[in-house]
Amino acid sequence: MTTTPNAAPTAAQAHAEGEIEVLTFELQGEIFALEATLVREILDMSPLTAVPGAQRFASAVINFRGKVIPLADLRIAFGMPAEAATIDSRIVVIEIVIDGTPTLVGLLTDRVHEVTTLDLSNSEPPPSIGMRWRPDYIRCLVKRSGQFVILPSLDNIFASPKRGSKPQLVTAA
Amino acid sequence: MSDSTDPIAIFRTEADELLEKIEQGLLDLSVDPENKAILNDTFRSLHTLKGSGAMFGFDALAAFTHHCENAFDRIRKGEIRATEDLISVVLAAKDHMRALIEGGADLAHGAGLLARLEREVAIASGAAPAPEAPAADARVAWRIRFRLPLNALANGCNPLALLAEMRDLGEVRVVADAAAVPPLDSLEPTECHLAWTVDILTDKPRSAIEEVFIFVIDDMELAIEQVAAGDRPAVAEPAATATSVASPQPAQAAPAATASSQTTAAAPTGAGDARAPAGESVRVPAERLDELMDRVGELVIAQSRLSQIAASSLDLNLRAVSEDIERLSNELRNTMMVLRMVPVGTLFGRFRRLVHDLSRETGKSIALTTEGESTEVDKTVVERLADPLVHLVRNAVDHGLETPEQRAAAGKPETGQVRLSARQAGGEVVISISDDGRGIDRQRVREKAETQGLIVPGAKLSDQDVLQLIFQPGFSTAAAITNLSGRGVGMDVVKRTVEALRGSIDIATDMGRGADISLRIPLTLAIIDGLLVRVGTGRYVIPLSAVEECLELSVEEDLRSRGRSFLSVRDALVPYLRLRDVFATGTEPDRYQKVVVVSTGSERVGLVVDQIIGDHQTVIKAMSKLHEDVAMFSGATILGDGSVALILDVSHLVSVGQSQEAQLRAAG
Repeated sequence: MTTTPNAAPTAAQAHAEGEIEVLTFELQGEIFALEATLVREILDMSPLTAVPGAQRFASAVINFRGKVIPLADLRIAFGMPAEAATIDSRIVVIEIVIDGTPTLVGLLTDRVHEVTTLDLSNSEPPPSIGMRWRPDYIRCLVKRSGQFVILPSLDNIFASPKRGSKPQLVTAA
Repeated sequence: MSDSTDPIAIFRTEADELLEKIEQGLLDLSVDPENKAILNDTFRSLHTLKGSGAMFGFDALAAFTHHCENAFDRIRKGEIRATEDLISVVLAAKDHMRALIEGGADLAHGAGLLARLEREVAIASGAAPAPEAPAADARVAWRIRFRLPLNALANGCNPLALLAEMRDLGEVRVVADAAAVPPLDSLEPTECHLAWTVDILTDKPRSAIEEVFIFVIDDMELAIEQVAAGDRPAVAEPAATATSVASPQPAQAAPAATASSQTTAAAPTGAGDARAPAGESVRVPAERLDELMDRVGELVIAQSRLSQIAASSLDLNLRAVSEDIERLSNELRNTMMVLRMVPVGTLFGRFRRLVHDLSRETGKSIALTTEGESTEVDKTVVERLADPLVHLVRNAVDHGLETPEQRAAAGKPETGQVRLSARQAGGEVVISISDDGRGIDRQRVREKAETQGLIVPGAKLSDQDVLQLIFQPGFSTAAAITNLSGRGVGMDVVKRTVEALRGSIDIATDMGRGADISLRIPLTLAIIDGLLVRVGTGRYVIPLSAVEECLELSVEEDLRSRGRSFLSVRDALVPYLRLRDVFATGTEPDRYQKVVVVSTGSERVGLVVDQIIGDHQTVIKAMSKLHEDVAMFSGATILGDGSVALILDVSHLVSVGQSQEAQLRAAG
């Protein structure tokens, strides 16, 4: 069971099989993964337009094929320092449902790795202690070749634009 | 429309229009019950509705409509009068028809309506002389000559059906005139070149014959003359020939240029061909227009990129082409805008019914006047404004207008006036709803807002601020909740809708004299002309329609005004905002800063920018959900170089500036 409404079919299917296809990327040395079905495109860094007055988490917009889409920085959501873009930085454009509206969002990443399969039978729920991140922002941690891959809960991250609101219950595998 | 043609859907659209027409007709009749043209129009609409309803399987609708049609037929023939009550019943019946089409109709209700209809007809005919009697005495011979327009068959008219209908009237002899049929090789089989002469012996009046042609009469040649009963020359002989021509190819024969003897055109319009296609229109789904709009928007962006490249190139040919493209895309854009524009009249139309119903419900006598129906606004605006306007009109009637007794006591005419008007003012359309009722009681609004905790007791508010309180959620000054209003829902929805359209609301009221609520809505939602400015390193667009003037902020003025951000513009003090501070750019100001003075209505504010780049046509892209909470920007746009610029929300900035002014006033 999952609370991800948009990815529900994929996720449900994946749980049945235990494997999901994901895109892995890096943020400040940590490996994150997104379901590949959410990903629309991976872009090189393009000129950003800052939105004054916006929350830091989504402080800019970019031109994506003639559309203006917001750029979200997961590093802010996870309390990581936001460093300047490097030559490896990429923008991963995903489509998610925010307040019932399908929305294209660009995610800033430090480096994009690969499209791969993750075996969810190796997954663990986020530990309740000993973690510096908000537990409701994490769907689960999956162990893969000796390293933990973080599956963020995009719904929770994007559902609480005013971050700091009450954490929501998240059920993991 | 090939792919998505659902006949039922088409019928529904058509039926919607017919119902609308019927309603308008009925309301017109309630003012002018003798007007033949309206009567005929309404009858025709009812008839068409019945016909196409039956065709598409809406049998209940067809059966129900039939009764109304009958009643109308009798009105039309002058047998009964269109009494007010009768019209009210038919109006209610019209609503039932809509329910029948949309499903979920209450059949018992329908039966009740029919019973009422019958009663009203009986009452109405009681006043009129006994119906159906007069034409009974003798049969009269008529000679009818008619020729259908060339495109009649293509338009779905079946001449055989017309002939059959005439046969029902009495004894008939039909002669087809094939003189105008062209030679076979130039014959266009879909054109109708035949003319007919029909001798008919009937006891029905002339109007019954005209009725046969009711749907085609506007476009055809028709001559009806009375002949002596026995006089039937030239009919018997050609009859045989006529059938031989007509039967193999009943109506698909065709005439050549030799205009034949049918010169007795009854219809005032000229010959069958070369008819000016006045008012010809194509129905296009709105999504397609939106799609086209998007494409045009992209084109405008691409074009501005091209002209940027061309401007920095020395190639004269490129420049020439770029200029051509610029001109073309501007024209295209303008044409596109016009395509989306619809007259406000379509919106106002429905209020006549509303007021009619409200008047009966409340027992107040109300006259609705409308003005400026031809003012055009974007289709989306019309759609979204419908509900807010309903609220405002209901409010005007319920809260604004007094009862006839109160009005009489106040020395006003008994009939309350509600006026809906629309006019264009610059880049905006102003739609106002005014009434001559009791007006808005500022004191009561204040008290109510204080008791509801919307404002702090004794708070200093401008007049407009007090009045705007009525748009707060949950606000209502009506002591009693009526069916119409007083629940405190609605007005806040009105405000939200208008703001979502980037519009604003002005209220003017005079105690005891009425109120006027004006909605100011931008003409179009998709493309605006903007002034491109630079603040720090970012570029922003200010809607040009809001810009009043641009000034330079001198260094002295800048330094001097640290404490009080006011600018003296021709003896008026204008508060200003340093956008560099508002946006926290953290950059050093340019040496020659500029002030762009913007306004919404009467309120002005200056915006200090680093540089004014120039005017820019802007395709507005909405901000995403993630940025909905950023009130300073109403949208974004893509510049020629592909980067994104944000569009400033002027009304928000003005209110920020005004509140700053108020604070300074309070402090000083």
